[in-house]
Amino acid sequence: MACSATAKIIHNPLMLSSSRSAEKYESCCKISGPTSLLGSKFLGKKLLSAKSAISPASRRSGAVVAVSSDVVKEKKLKSSSSAASNLLITKEEGLVLYEDMYLGRAFEDMCAQMYYRGKMFGFVHLYNGQEAVSTGFIKLLKQEDCVVSTYRDHVHSLSKGVPARQVMSELFGKTTGCCRGQGGSMHMFSKEHNVLGGFAFIGEGIPVATGAAFTSKYKREVLKENCDEVTLAFFGDGTCNNGQFFECLNMASLWKLPIVFVVENNLWAIGMSHLRSTSDPQIWKKGPAFGMPGVHVDGMDVLKVREVAQEAIGRARRGEGPTLVECETYRFRGHSLADPDELRDPAEKAHYATRDPITALKKYLFENNLANEAELKAIDKKIDEIIEDSVEFADASPVPARNQLLENVFADPRGFGIGPDGKYRCEDPKFTEGTAQV
Amino acid sequence: MLGVLRSKVAFRANHAWGLEQGLRAIASRAFSSSTKETMTVRDALNSALDEEMSADPKVFVMGEEVGEYQGAYKITKGLLDKYGPERVLDTPITEAGFAGIGVGSAYYGLKPVVEFMTFNFSMQAIDHIINSAAKSNYMSAGQISVPIVFRGPNGAAAGVGAQHSQCYAAWFSAIPGLKVLTPYSSEDARGLLKAAIRDPDPVVFLENELLYGESFPVSAEVLDSSFCLPIGKAKIEREGKDVTITAFSKMVGYALQAADILAKDGISAEVINLRSIRPLDRAAINASVRKTNRLVTVEEGFPQHGVGAEICASVLEDSFEYLDAAVERISGADVPMPYAANLERMAVPQVEDIVRAAKRTCYRSAALAATA
Repeated sequence: MACSATAKIIHNPLMLSSSRSAEKYESCCKISGPTSLLGSKFLGKKLLSAKSAISPASRRSGAVVAVSSDVVKEKKLKSSSSAASNLLITKEEGLVLYEDMYLGRAFEDMCAQMYYRGKMFGFVHLYNGQEAVSTGFIKLLKQEDCVVSTYRDHVHSLSKGVPARQVMSELFGKTTGCCRGQGGSMHMFSKEHNVLGGFAFIGEGIPVATGAAFTSKYKREVLKENCDEVTLAFFGDGTCNNGQFFECLNMASLWKLPIVFVVENNLWAIGMSHLRSTSDPQIWKKGPAFGMPGVHVDGMDVLKVREVAQEAIGRARRGEGPTLVECETYRFRGHSLADPDELRDPAEKAHYATRDPITALKKYLFENNLANEAELKAIDKKIDEIIEDSVEFADASPVPARNQLLENVFADPRGFGIGPDGKYRCEDPKFTEGTAQV
Repeated sequence: MLGVLRSKVAFRANHAWGLEQGLRAIASRAFSSSTKETMTVRDALNSALDEEMSADPKVFVMGEEVGEYQGAYKITKGLLDKYGPERVLDTPITEAGFAGIGVGSAYYGLKPVVEFMTFNFSMQAIDHIINSAAKSNYMSAGQISVPIVFRGPNGAAAGVGAQHSQCYAAWFSAIPGLKVLTPYSSEDARGLLKAAIRDPDPVVFLENELLYGESFPVSAEVLDSSFCLPIGKAKIEREGKDVTITAFSKMVGYALQAADILAKDGISAEVINLRSIRPLDRAAINASVRKTNRLVTVEEGFPQHGVGAEICASVLEDSFEYLDAAVERISGADVPMPYAANLERMAVPQVEDIVRAAKRTCYRSAALAATA
């Protein structure tokens, strides 16, 4: 059963890395594919099919995605037919998850609208389709836990608790934004909610997250504080070929840091298919190579993600070290709002559209009598109002004042040095008014 | 008043520069009290780290070979024994990774001191120094400050070749959000490192390998554990009235030697030890130029877009009417550092170059200088 297979992977990473027999593959293949034999032959097949045929099914022949959805369906069916005590979530949890995913989706859709109306500008990367990963993981965290993300960070910030108003204002470049308009879409920071960015360079967030996890461990061991804070690092499939990723897998495992590396494998890095750029596309395998468990999970199913997340975050909190979780997911829109998205096969997009995580959760809630249509509609309405309000708020907010240009460059503004009159430049009133010569 | 240099002559006639020996400055007359203690730059840095780590448990040191090896250049000697492996971390060879880990830990509340074995290796981590450290306070509008120090030897050593000899002062000081410090003497090393560690912003601390072994006199004030130098203030190492010579790091020693030679020719040179490249103490530089009316900038790095270029531009902007002669820039040669000892000598400014430039500004030189 899928559940126990997952458990096996988490608790016995060595089995994964050393297993070569078909039998062993059977068990881990329950996640990856019941008929596939991992190895060069398999990869060759996959690559060939990727080049020739276009249909998503062959692209994914024997691959992780197609089969794991069957696995998940099988699991869901099992749970839905069993007693209530076997359910993965309670009603409250279900509604929280639904609300969070719908918030992410509605927010991103509004971003697209605002962008095409000219209210938002620059680079905007939307998260549509991947909500299950963000919600599945972040809703398990405390406020003190940290989240580090990439440029696709709006929904991570929202899930972590940053108010929609602040995120929308930030995107509009207004001074009421979470970073006073100085960061922008790709640089969401919130000290209050411990969102440590928002990085434009892929791979940049991984060492930063590892550092935050290091701080948790340091606080516990050196400063002797009661600290069990965990850090989540979110990044994509393209990043998994970057050197910093491997450097941090090594160090996190070496020092047993309380971190979970969450790979949002949406198969595409702008226009570069994951299969074209990666020698071994199964990212979860890279965990055991560094001495940590590597788990693969269907990222379109929020309940599955939540289950894996619970396990991984629990491990980190207990001080057992890092975990690498590969969430197979898909972005419904292009890489960014400027991306024409021509390289992706429409059939592939259609296939994933049928696996929309929000629809899936809705179905689960209905089937298990956890919620009815009216309740969900009420949540939808509430979220829509929040989004509308955030747009109005952002629209009405002022743009940053002139003096804001020179603010916040340094925590200690004497870093601007001494002016021609021999005093520190930051003490010059013209400086703070923004009229000093910059 | 913490005195003028007083160090012994040990000028080597041969080309065999030992890494540990370093360069010794020619003695200069000093008005010093008889009870002056001396301290090497290495000990100054070690004691500063020790004191700051003992004062604040959030300070920790991270880098290659800083622990069991006692530091690649022995700067972190004894710290592992004193503070344990959780606070003195030996890292794998992963500059990008551990610089980023340092930045992340600074985001979340600690105060790391990240050592690069030499700043040439910082190029592997430069994304973190600039994008996640320097720019974060701004991007997060003051929410996330990064109290990190990146330190290590910078610039040319002796015979280490092109990939180990670059000076990074100019590159890092171009970045808003960074503070860049370049100590010369032991007093500078102690005071500026302490200031850097206490500073809430990212600081790039550029030391010099050849200065590590040099001894400088230190007063009791410098040895006190609360001693700290302000960031952004230059020091007038030697007062003069005919020409201003600005320098930083090892070149300060050369400039002082040049000043001695010039004094014999009746030219009184004012030597400014910049100490801080970002923020640059333009006020002190301009005040000095307005007094002497002539400027020579000295640096070890490449000439184009160097520190000297910035100083000259600043002086031209602020004190143009005061200049009696064209500004002179002395810098390293515009070539990757050669290995052969004689070529290496030619690729780095020497005392004679500084003397020649100063004489040119005083219209005292007979022939035009060679522009290599």
